[in-house]
Amino acid sequence: MACQCGQGQKQTDKDKKLQAVFARYRGQKGALIPVLQASQDIYGYLPREVMERIAKELRIPFSKVFGVATFYAQFHLKPRGENIIRVCLGTACHVRGGAKVFAKLKEELQIEDGETTEDLKFTLESVACIGACGLAPVMVINEDTHGRLTPEKVPEILDRYR
Amino acid sequence: MSDKVTLTIDGQQVTVPAGTTVLQAARMAGIEIPTLCHDPELTSPGACRLCVVEIEGMRNLPASCVTTAGDGMVVRTNSPDVIEARKTIIELLLANHPEDCLTCERTGQCRLQEYAYHYGVKGDTFHGERKQFPIDDSNPFIVRDMNKCIRCGKCVRVCEEVQGRSIYSFAYRGFDTIPATAMDTPLAESECVFCGSCVSVCPTGALTEKMMHGVGRSWELEKVKTTCPYCGVGCNFDLNVKDGKVVGVTSNAEAEVNGRALCVKGRFGYNFIHHPDRLTKPLIKKNGEFQEATWEEAINLVAEKFKEIKQEHGPDALAVFTSARCTNEENYLANKFARAVLGTNNIDHCARL
Amino acid sequence: MENLMTACCSECTHSPSQPCPDYIKCRTEGPICHDSEACRQKRQQLMDKVQVSPDKPHRRVLVCAGTGCISSGSRDVYNRMEAAVKEAGIDDCEVSITGCHGFCEQGPIVIIEPEGIFYGGVGADDVEEIVEKQLKNGEPVERLLYTEPTSGEKDKYYRDIMFYKKQERMVLKNCGHINPEKIDEYIITGGYRGLVKALTEYKPEEVIEEVKTSGLRGRGGGGFPTGLKWQFTAQAEGDQKYVVCNADEGDPGAFMDRSILEGNPHSVIEGMIIAGYAVGANEGYVYVRAEYPLAIKRLEIAIAQAEQYGILGDNIFDSGFSFKLRIKAGAGAFVCGEETALLNSIQGERGMPRVRPPFPANKGLWGKPTLLNNVETYANVPIIMEHGGRWYASRGTEKSKGTKVFALTGKVNNTGLAEVPMGITLREIIFDIGGGIKEGKQFKAVQIGGPSGGCLPAEKLDLPIDYDSLIDAGAMMGSGGLVVMDETTCMVDLARFFLTFTQNESCGKCTPCREGTKRMLEILTRITEGEGKEGDIETLERLAKSVKNTALCGLGQTAPNPILSTLRYFRDEYKAHIEKKWCPAGVCSALTVYKIDPDKCKGCTKCAKVCPVSAIKGEPKEVHEIDPEVCTKCGTCMENCKFEAIYKG
Repeated sequence: MACQCGQGQKQTDKDKKLQAVFARYRGQKGALIPVLQASQDIYGYLPREVMERIAKELRIPFSKVFGVATFYAQFHLKPRGENIIRVCLGTACHVRGGAKVFAKLKEELQIEDGETTEDLKFTLESVACIGACGLAPVMVINEDTHGRLTPEKVPEILDRYR
Repeated sequence: MSDKVTLTIDGQQVTVPAGTTVLQAARMAGIEIPTLCHDPELTSPGACRLCVVEIEGMRNLPASCVTTAGDGMVVRTNSPDVIEARKTIIELLLANHPEDCLTCERTGQCRLQEYAYHYGVKGDTFHGERKQFPIDDSNPFIVRDMNKCIRCGKCVRVCEEVQGRSIYSFAYRGFDTIPATAMDTPLAESECVFCGSCVSVCPTGALTEKMMHGVGRSWELEKVKTTCPYCGVGCNFDLNVKDGKVVGVTSNAEAEVNGRALCVKGRFGYNFIHHPDRLTKPLIKKNGEFQEATWEEAINLVAEKFKEIKQEHGPDALAVFTSARCTNEENYLANKFARAVLGTNNIDHCARL
Repeated sequence: MENLMTACCSECTHSPSQPCPDYIKCRTEGPICHDSEACRQKRQQLMDKVQVSPDKPHRRVLVCAGTGCISSGSRDVYNRMEAAVKEAGIDDCEVSITGCHGFCEQGPIVIIEPEGIFYGGVGADDVEEIVEKQLKNGEPVERLLYTEPTSGEKDKYYRDIMFYKKQERMVLKNCGHINPEKIDEYIITGGYRGLVKALTEYKPEEVIEEVKTSGLRGRGGGGFPTGLKWQFTAQAEGDQKYVVCNADEGDPGAFMDRSILEGNPHSVIEGMIIAGYAVGANEGYVYVRAEYPLAIKRLEIAIAQAEQYGILGDNIFDSGFSFKLRIKAGAGAFVCGEETALLNSIQGERGMPRVRPPFPANKGLWGKPTLLNNVETYANVPIIMEHGGRWYASRGTEKSKGTKVFALTGKVNNTGLAEVPMGITLREIIFDIGGGIKEGKQFKAVQIGGPSGGCLPAEKLDLPIDYDSLIDAGAMMGSGGLVVMDETTCMVDLARFFLTFTQNESCGKCTPCREGTKRMLEILTRITEGEGKEGDIETLERLAKSVKNTALCGLGQTAPNPILSTLRYFRDEYKAHIEKKWCPAGVCSALTVYKIDPDKCKGCTKCAKVCPVSAIKGEPKEVHEIDPEVCTKCGTCMENCKFEAIYKG
């Protein structure tokens, strides 16, 4: 297990939640993906130990759990930033300059696609299309959608999350 | 419904049992279709697409390994479109494959090499990114060079479907897809038991027997079929012999008992054969030191000692312990020897090695 | 709380455990099983409470709560509106949310009923003015009305807006009109009538006949006849069958399925129950992509309400037929829109397509016969059951019936969802509904059907669109994405963009798609970067053909389509990139040349002065020239020219 110094309480809470997830899905067909989703909601990502436990609980080979977790874009095997920035590079956003916005974000945060800033504040990701094409170009920070972006608007928006 | 279907393959009428694949039907008719991911003992994913054929009335080129032969089907296995498609697939595989056939362990037995040669494909059509993986030789038995992997997935399937271990799964996606252990660790850190089945089905040099590296080219090795000397299952395999010396073991699909399956000992535990420490003559301890002796001397000595013990302490002072490495016949003889010759029921056997 | 479910008196016995076959009719027209004036009045009272009641025009303020409008701030608008209406003491006016209007660019959208006034781009700060002027005094707030891009005129009413005028909204009819979180509103506007009809008047095979008569074809991609698919699943042998809804809408630019699920989830549920009855399945799954949390939430609410009403569950309407519905959230993989990959994903596996045959109709989810249709297809089913297959078949073209929802995006004035009858021309969609090209630029091409589709040029604008005409033209209906491009779009860059997408989303199972899309993308990238060489076009074509011919699944087989269609209609543009090292649209920066228009240049010398590398030469008052060898393409000259004499080409 990862270091638990100073967060013993938190860990048990998370553990309890994970147990509840197992209880909820035990015996259900096709439970792996919902269990991974629920576990990621608890831990913020999918730590190795958690995946190992999922494999044992669901009686699925560990390699398969790993195979599924690495197939879907939604799953993360590394810790992620406090704020998740997802930049849409779908067709409409592409046509309206999404790439420039993305470049500006990379420059501002000093990270590349899929990376997390050192202070664990931001994780930057590109996504295919979030279905808000009428607002292109668009990015989503956590749950908030920011539309009709220009590179100039980027720093000010980021500041709101700093 | 009739239990036979008749189809035409390359102008040849073929009648096969219903449910036969087009690939099997073609092979029954002596028509060779190249395959990479297909294996008769494993499920068919239809993934490599090398076995595509043209079937009248069907859109695109279906993969023959997963297409069921239908009555009246007209199949062409060598039309220009088919040949073109196969060439492209080989070109694509070579574009993401090292060009080190000169030193590759699999040379001469590599399916990719064979098909590239057959279809006259040189590996220089596409110049782009090649996946770069570190070579995993973390263990004494298997070298995993994923740079040579063509993602046929036979290792994944044999481990899951035949061995029931599921050490590998396909991981990641798209161009990054690769068979991997859980968490992508080296094999030594996985739960692999090194049965080597994955090596036996790998069509390229991605999985090779570590101890056979550099000991000889495939065409230099004489294959001698034999029975495994370890346990009583009686697995058969091929000793790979070069210049009168055993340099490796490979499984033989024809083996009646085990097919290609072997355990770590049978496949990789042959070093004792030419080991300098191996006992080749009987030794008798004289004055505290072992000295070479003849078989006659040694056997006489043992017989003497048995007699002595029996006379002094009774037959139950003796016990016989046999081994799983003995055949049934040998074990029967040992049993007879204990009861009838020594006069004791003290006989047991170790089922493990 | 009282709702349509509330029994009129003790004589009414309907509940999920004791279902009544006449339930829907009873609660909207009844009571049926007994006659009592008191009960009739009570029923009428309950109906009047439902704000969309057709008998009684209500004053309503509808705030759009689709994903697009929410992200433009419609939640705040709703909260402020609710408070402001209360504060103003307007008792007879309800403030309600609705699903998507499909005109997200105008969001947040607010509709005032019963007049049908359309306000776009409403902010929380506009709320007071709307309440004051519109609600209190009946005067419209002019500045929030929609302006037609072509005529410049303001439209006061929803019905007058050109974007909606040419549309024929059947599937989207209730989206933006009813509150998707209230089943009563769905029922009172005609919902679940088709289901009642199917369960009480039709045998399963008759339902299938009706769907076959309607001519409905799958709205998600290939356009396979829906009735036939149902028939195959019904005929397949199996102790257990499943009905699955594909809501993994992944084509970039398409969002009609999301809008339907968010705006009218019950229509999909109704369609699925009817399908379950027809094929003999009593379990269903809706596979929704993970990126649609709101759609999942609305669907969850809708399922719970339908269960509460006894519309989902055991012995529905006392018909003996039972149906359970579950939601499965995707996990972010475009390929799961492919039906067999979707099934693997529901089973908890990697979303890699399976070889077909066997088709899901025979061997689907967990090896059992499974019916798979997409959201829009199921949403059409209640309409067919209600109005009859013959009626439905009277719409559309000979081989493509009914309507299709298109997601219009790109360089058009009006972007959004347009539901149009099959057979309409591209010109009508792009120029009438879409209001033409932005900034008065020239139309160049339209990409239809997402990454699996193709680009059609201006000469195809008058093509009546249906499944077959699009295939013939080298595109496909796909899920109905329409991306409009103008003269400033580079077609090679566009093909590169789509290949980037398909390459990223390839599942990696089969060789042609895994390795082939990678190499095609590499070649395209090289061409756009000025490294194209002779033979590249031929290699691309050869590779594209092999991938199309040999890939395992539909996605792989169609992945080369953007290349093949752009090569078919815009081959010269490829040649220009490779041979002349020139990008005619001025998009590929490595191939862009800055030029000075001699007719416009006044010789002011400004450009020469600002050029950081002194690439511009010319005498004062004479036409200047840029030395392409020296130019670094920084664009400073263009930004500084007052006469717009500098252009990229």
